Amino acid sequence: MTVPVRLFGHRLTLPALIGLIIILVNVAAAVGAPVIAPFDQADIVGDAYADPDPQHVLGLDNLGRDLFSRLVYGARMSIGLALIITCLSFGLGVTAGFAAAVLRGWADVLLSRLVDLLLSMPTLIFAFVVLSVLGTALPVLVVTIAVLDAPKVFRLSRALAMNIGALEYVEVARLRGEGLWWVIRHEILPNAAAPLLAEFGLRFSFAFLFIAALSFLGIGVQPPAADWGSMVRDYRDMINLDAMAPLYPAGAIAILTIGVSFVVDWMLAIHARGQGEGA
Amino acid sequence: MLRLIGQRLGLGLLTLVAASVLIFAGTEVLPGDLASAILQNTATPESLAELRQELGLNRPAAVRYFDWASHAVVGEFGRSLASHREVVVEIAPRLRNTLFLASYAAIVAVPLAVGLGLMAAIWQGGVYDRAVNFATLLTISVPEYLVGYILIKYFSVRLGWFPSLANVTPDTPLLSRIWLTFLPMLTLVLVVIAHMMRMTRASVLQIMSSPYIEMAFLKGLPKWRVVIRHAFPNAVAPIISVVALDLAYLIVGVVVVEVVFVYPGLGQLMVDAVSKHDVPVVQACGLIFAAAFILLNMAADVLAILSNPRLRHPR
Amino acid sequence: MNGRRMGEEVLEVAGLRVVARGVGTVLVDDVGFALRRGEVVGLIGESGAGKSTVGLAILGYTRPGCAIEGGRILFQGRDIRAMTPPERRALRGASIAYIAQSAAASFNPAMTLFEQISEIPVRHRLMTPAAAKVEAIRLFSELELPDPERFGDRYPHQVSGGQLQRAMAAMAMAAKPDILVFDEPTTALDVTTQVEVLAAFRNLIREHGTAAVYITHDLAVVAQIADHIMVLRHGRTVEHGTADQILREPREPYTRHLVAERLAPHRYRADIVGGEPPLLELQDVVASYHTLPRVIDGVTLDVRRGDTVAVVGESGSGKSTLARVITGLLPREAGAIRFRGETLPPRLRERSRDQLRRVQMIYQMPDVALNSCQTLYEIIGRPVRFYFGRPRAQVRARVRELLALMDLPADFIDRTPPELSGGQKQRVGIARALAAEPDLIICDEVTSALDQLVGEEILGLLRRLQDELGVAYLFITHDLGTVKRIANKVAVMLKGRLVAAGDTARVFAPPLHPYTELLLASVPEMRRDWLDEALVGRQRTVAAVRNAQIELAQ
Repeated sequence: MTVPVRLFGHRLTLPALIGLIIILVNVAAAVGAPVIAPFDQADIVGDAYADPDPQHVLGLDNLGRDLFSRLVYGARMSIGLALIITCLSFGLGVTAGFAAAVLRGWADVLLSRLVDLLLSMPTLIFAFVVLSVLGTALPVLVVTIAVLDAPKVFRLSRALAMNIGALEYVEVARLRGEGLWWVIRHEILPNAAAPLLAEFGLRFSFAFLFIAALSFLGIGVQPPAADWGSMVRDYRDMINLDAMAPLYPAGAIAILTIGVSFVVDWMLAIHARGQGEGA
Repeated sequence: MLRLIGQRLGLGLLTLVAASVLIFAGTEVLPGDLASAILQNTATPESLAELRQELGLNRPAAVRYFDWASHAVVGEFGRSLASHREVVVEIAPRLRNTLFLASYAAIVAVPLAVGLGLMAAIWQGGVYDRAVNFATLLTISVPEYLVGYILIKYFSVRLGWFPSLANVTPDTPLLSRIWLTFLPMLTLVLVVIAHMMRMTRASVLQIMSSPYIEMAFLKGLPKWRVVIRHAFPNAVAPIISVVALDLAYLIVGVVVVEVVFVYPGLGQLMVDAVSKHDVPVVQACGLIFAAAFILLNMAADVLAILSNPRLRHPR
Repeated sequence: MNGRRMGEEVLEVAGLRVVARGVGTVLVDDVGFALRRGEVVGLIGESGAGKSTVGLAILGYTRPGCAIEGGRILFQGRDIRAMTPPERRALRGASIAYIAQSAAASFNPAMTLFEQISEIPVRHRLMTPAAAKVEAIRLFSELELPDPERFGDRYPHQVSGGQLQRAMAAMAMAAKPDILVFDEPTTALDVTTQVEVLAAFRNLIREHGTAAVYITHDLAVVAQIADHIMVLRHGRTVEHGTADQILREPREPYTRHLVAERLAPHRYRADIVGGEPPLLELQDVVASYHTLPRVIDGVTLDVRRGDTVAVVGESGSGKSTLARVITGLLPREAGAIRFRGETLPPRLRERSRDQLRRVQMIYQMPDVALNSCQTLYEIIGRPVRFYFGRPRAQVRARVRELLALMDLPADFIDRTPPELSGGQKQRVGIARALAAEPDLIICDEVTSALDQLVGEEILGLLRRLQDELGVAYLFITHDLGTVKRIANKVAVMLKGRLVAAGDTARVFAPPLHPYTELLLASVPEMRRDWLDEALVGRQRTVAAVRNAQIELAQ
């Protein structure tokens, strides 16, 4: 099931291509929201609950705002937040993971135990505990989720660095007398890039779903700002009127997550195949 | 082997203690304490100091932790800041409801997922397997609220088969309880089943590709005997740990599902408490959820040790 | 024997063709042979020759994704391909039984040996469980397994590798089949264990008059057991004849090559004239992994310029650890290591760049020894740049020079390792070592992951480089055949200690240390009567080794 499109020198599978298109469309919506959206997200443009018409393709919401425009602006908030969180948790996790693998000794033991502990608790519950005191300002949300997610990145990058570090070509470099940074840059990172990139996709999905869940529960993004999760919350009563309104943002969340997982699956499959050839 | 199990139980206990420290620390040591959380914008230096005195916040954190933890062990979590009722009284009926919903979903999901996963493994590469594979890939990352609202839209609003609100009371009889919570249960099942099934399939397939399974076929054994006698005993341990991990996930999923269906469970109580900064309730709920999560993980490991022949029959 | 006539044809394979579906690769094409009762056919070939595929096809079985596309497999006149699945099942285990390469992986870890062995006769309704148990115990004692009455109550992980391989033979014999298929059954075993298991297999076949197909890559092993030998390459038959004919008068060039390499006369290198101080001196070196017993215990050894010193031993003898101690990857705990007269610091980090440059390493697995993300220019050029700081253009020229020295095409310079074959990758590993212009190269089992002919080529290359460059080798290996051919000095290791060391000719000539004698007596030779000779006096040698070990421990 491959298509004649290549990325990173590998042929895309059909799901991977679909996933890639989904991601591109979403990113385009997020970046170009003011251009794409016909109305501002806060503008009241007609009667509440109005049905779709050519100018308002998805109809109007409970306050008479254009649903489509709000969805487009919501992409900006949801994707932007998730991306910032992922970058932060990745920076933390990879740095600590590589450091633990390289330094070994007590630093590794200490970090690993701490991570074990954090991973032995349900993330959502721990986030509740922290947010109950710190409130739900955006920077608090971002840092909390990033810190709670970093242990997973730590585990993977530590294992990667350890596994690759045990291979004989790394031993060769050490025997040659190469410095630590040279070994990490030239021998470990190029071989860790593919699984790390796939992990970035997975972590993005996690952060994206997590912030959406918090917003849906009312302890995430607060009005008037709106991401897809809080839109589901705002429109949830409309479901009893048999309206589609809450399903649009919820569906958008699901579609983007599926798109990302299609691409991640493809990257992991390529990596596994590369490993198979090597062994 | 007994030593291994003992070690695992000890580790579980230790983790539980550490988790309680984290939960306590999460609410106490971070910038902004309980008093400012309660008073929010209305805080004046005087009122803050007064409230701190009242809540005993002037004592060192370690002392307060031991005070809190020693009471928590016997089920005393203090009084709710919002309702001023005993936290235990608030929690007890809700915990029962949550446990009911989670067990209801688990009883349906586990046999279903393991059965479907085994079937996918047996007919690996067939139409059924590929269809299931694609379906699970689609549903594996779909959020609970989307599933929940789709189910409400079609089964409740359009068809009217089930209620959209699962408002049970302590005196609701079992049968109507099962009916009232059918949609929440189904939502949880749908969300958790994809992962459980994929992992069951993967662990069975991994075992089925091992040399001793090929050997069993070369001994002229029929497929059913190979699967039941040779593959299954070895697949039990990985399947158990997958199921336990997914059940741990289910506990978290319960929170969102309870909000979707306005079900009076522990999750909803916790979410309300978070928005009201009702710290004692949040701590109590957090501790209960964390304990359930840790217990399930521990049970998975212990069962895996018990079903490993290398550990059961040491050299 | 149960009214079975010796010499009656039990199996005929003709025009067998097996393909991998999807990719469409032909694994086996047009292979055919006949097997009579009491006869053993040896299938020999390198990896990928299709030997195992043929072996499995005899049971009407193919690995997932493969299919038998053509030919006949007649068992006592009935075509296995035309049978219904239940008929084929009735045959497997009961009439045709299979013995796999790795018994450790092929026994179910969750069942006792008895349960697995009696499964065949009981499930095929040939014996009652009680009778099957009696038969299993009889087979255990026949195969000289310890405590036959209770041996079967154990789980696979509770017995040793050699015992497990014999238990697998017991499982195959449990229903007294007409044909046994042995698929590389001794390859995973240590050389001293291999002899005993091989002898047990041969006795079993002879006692019961069973026909057998014996699959291996080792011509010397098959010489001991087979009446006929079929040589396979790339899924096709190269040559098929009696064992004597194949071993003595091979007709095809490929077979002649295989036989010639094994019969190559031992060429001990002339002793290097002494005088100058040794290149590398080890004195009472001790090392261990933290708390475990010492892995290297009081090793003393000299390597001179131009020497090839072989360190031989079985798995777990500490020979690879010795390499790690010399390079500084594992710091020594006691003793001294001197290189060109100066003491080497124990730790890698404390050594100077020049000290590091002069000792290089070549590894067993070229796949993991080369970074698959780098081009050959980067892999081979890095030491040139790192140690000699040459400008880019000169580095490139030097890499080309080294590639030429390795007989690799110049345009390989911009390729990456995944595009190369195993032998080519190993050549790149050698080129990388030479790029540092070392005095000593440590070769850790450099040929054991390669096919026989490719391995011989690598050995030839190493010998040529030594003649041209005068580099010394420390050759770590378990293969005494290799040692005899290339090393002028040898050190025999047993449990972390040297039991014998010195010129190869002297160490391998009487009076022998008992362990050296046992090792030498365990290397299969390409004579058909070797196994019988090897078994004579073996008990005495084994006892002597045990005594020597006890002495060492004190």
